[in-house]
Amino acid sequence: MSECVALLEQIRGCCSQRWTVMEVCGGQTHALLRHGLDRLLEDSIELIHGPGCPVCVTDSERIDQAIALVKKPEVTLCSYGDMLRVPGSDGSNLLGCRSEGADVRVIYSPLDVLEIARRETDRQVVFLAVGFETTAPATGLLVQQAHQQRLTNLRLLMAHVRVAPALDQLLGDPACTVQGLLAAGHVCAVMGEAEYVDLAAQHRRPIVMTGFSPEALLRGILCCIKQLEEGRHDLRNAYEAVVDQGGNRDARRLIETVFEPVDRVWRGLGVIGKGGYRLRDPYTALAVEPEELDGQPYGNGQCPSGQVLRGLMRPGECPSFGDACTPAHPLGAPMVSSEGACAAYFRFHH
Amino acid sequence: MCLAVAGELVSSNHHPDPLWRVGDVSFAGVLRQVSLACVPTAQIGDQLLVHVGVALKVMEPER
Amino acid sequence: MQPPDGRIQMGHGGGGRLMRELITELVVPKLGHQKNVLHDAALVYTPGPQLAFSTDSYVVRPLFFPGGDIGRLAVYGSVNDLAMAGARPLALSLSLIIEEGLEIDCLARVIDSVGEACQGIGVGVITGDTKVVEQGKGDGLFINSTAIGVVEHPLNISPSAIRPGDAVIVSGDLGRHGLAVLSARAELGLRSPIESDLGCLLEPVMELLAAGVELHCLRDLTRGGLASASDEIARSGQCTLQLEQQRIPVHPSVNAACEVLGLDPLAMANEGRMLVICPAEQEDLALTVLQRYQPEAARVGTVGQRWADGSSLDARYPVSLISELGVNCPMVLAEGEQIPRIC
Repeated sequence: MSECVALLEQIRGCCSQRWTVMEVCGGQTHALLRHGLDRLLEDSIELIHGPGCPVCVTDSERIDQAIALVKKPEVTLCSYGDMLRVPGSDGSNLLGCRSEGADVRVIYSPLDVLEIARRETDRQVVFLAVGFETTAPATGLLVQQAHQQRLTNLRLLMAHVRVAPALDQLLGDPACTVQGLLAAGHVCAVMGEAEYVDLAAQHRRPIVMTGFSPEALLRGILCCIKQLEEGRHDLRNAYEAVVDQGGNRDARRLIETVFEPVDRVWRGLGVIGKGGYRLRDPYTALAVEPEELDGQPYGNGQCPSGQVLRGLMRPGECPSFGDACTPAHPLGAPMVSSEGACAAYFRFHH
Repeated sequence: MCLAVAGELVSSNHHPDPLWRVGDVSFAGVLRQVSLACVPTAQIGDQLLVHVGVALKVMEPER
Repeated sequence: MQPPDGRIQMGHGGGGRLMRELITELVVPKLGHQKNVLHDAALVYTPGPQLAFSTDSYVVRPLFFPGGDIGRLAVYGSVNDLAMAGARPLALSLSLIIEEGLEIDCLARVIDSVGEACQGIGVGVITGDTKVVEQGKGDGLFINSTAIGVVEHPLNISPSAIRPGDAVIVSGDLGRHGLAVLSARAELGLRSPIESDLGCLLEPVMELLAAGVELHCLRDLTRGGLASASDEIARSGQCTLQLEQQRIPVHPSVNAACEVLGLDPLAMANEGRMLVICPAEQEDLALTVLQRYQPEAARVGTVGQRWADGSSLDARYPVSLISELGVNCPMVLAEGEQIPRIC
């Protein structure tokens, strides 16, 4: 903690003006708020919480599809726990389905899903595959294993997203107020530097690959601030223990073998070109087919999460915040996940 | 996002095909089976960064 | 409080905010006005000694877990509730709801466990009931136990007795029961050698009383952990509570499991730990007693100020956590049961 105190001093000492910095990842948001770092840095930095939560950005249509599938008596839906509270377009969620008797199972690892499918051959197992590039290798392994074993009772409802294209769109919006970025350290651990070097150069913003502990976050912030003060806009690595320049080559090769980029709707941001992953040949048979999916695409009109994610609106400024929209009855995903910008704000700032 | 935590690799099935290579990782005594497919150089005793049951990185020992 | 589909969710039993709302908004108002109805043990006023009375139902899954089983839990759980009023148990009742198909041998082991636990404490089961429900209508076995005890001290041990400046103490490290059950359930693939902290709190409470500690409030930590218990006490006692993150004792394995799954150690279940609130001057005396039972017993915080205005920020978020960097963050109770997350 004394390192934190020293870093805080340095950051304050360094700032000649108040800078606006976005931390991309929900896990970073959580750590910043839990330790009170945002309040300790208030005078020097405005922190905008980025779209760093694959749970938050899963669009309601995908949830509707998951709900429609699991209502079929033969279907077992496997999902990460935080997806259970994400609302579909009519406000219902997978947790509600479970209380009505649907077979919704919380899993920790996609690899556990294979075991479930192997063991329970009379069930149609569907895996709600969400995540950033950090999680893509795990989903990829599940796909390759299922393919090799020729399982016929396992499919994936693909909702994976890619971070860099979304950041590209956010930063490209002339109204975006973000001046510097703290990139998600674990995404970079897998993908390496390449995409972020391009982003920094193209949008002329400093980007610092940052970890998740209070010390790591402050180191990342200091590095970002120094660049802003000096008018630089490079990619820097403040998470060297975990991030290599090339990322994890085996993981990246796996991702390239199993997935291909596809346009994807990010809740609140609209369609992000190549902002998602879908399964590629020869694995396409493992994906739940678009034709099988019921559910109409609904707008997410009540929830201006796009504004919040672009840094154009703080959670507290949303007309529904704390009133029509709370963690108990969330209108959109940023209030659902405890790391979502709005839920985190609600939790730590009342 | 990305809750990833470091733990110690305590066993491996040494499967010749990385796709099926798994081992137990100990997180302060709590064991969980983890895929070693993405860390082919991992050795017993190494600290691995683990996310949703997959090891993503062999951590260098603290100097 | 109405959930969108009008049904009970698992979260309503999770020890979090949903459960609190279910009880305070749906159940209590229909039962007639009862003082202290939400405290662990209720006091029955009689011409003779003051009686204490508590009831609890046990639905743990699996029935046998590292460090305990549903039988021992049913005894300790109810005796602990009495102990939270400083009461000595006189007798227990035991109601069994058995699912058709449960192995008789399993039931026998549970009853053995009940017997052993009772013998260890010196209390008996004097009445009971048995029902069987169809297969599929119960998790093997549900138990309800009710305990009657006697209060032999002059103190009013309840949330209304807490005072600004009081020491907030936990009797040991947190979350072992939660981790033991999680790992026994195997659905998340975690294997842990940590056993449940299931234990009887009667002796430490009696010793605290005998040592002259002026107990203001006791609360056994169960589902919802320290987070839920401190929230309840603060609201009932209408005082804020400040907890210091760094002082809260948590076993490294519990911390690690929570990090891996994205759970909060402060909301993990316990079955043999209590919150002790007493005057600050008696902190050392209380800890000396408690540390003989659990060396990790520690002071974790302080009672803050009493609020007058029920709509104030203090009243809405009465418990705060002081981070390692000294920032005061309000503690917001989780929705319901904790669910593992990736995000």
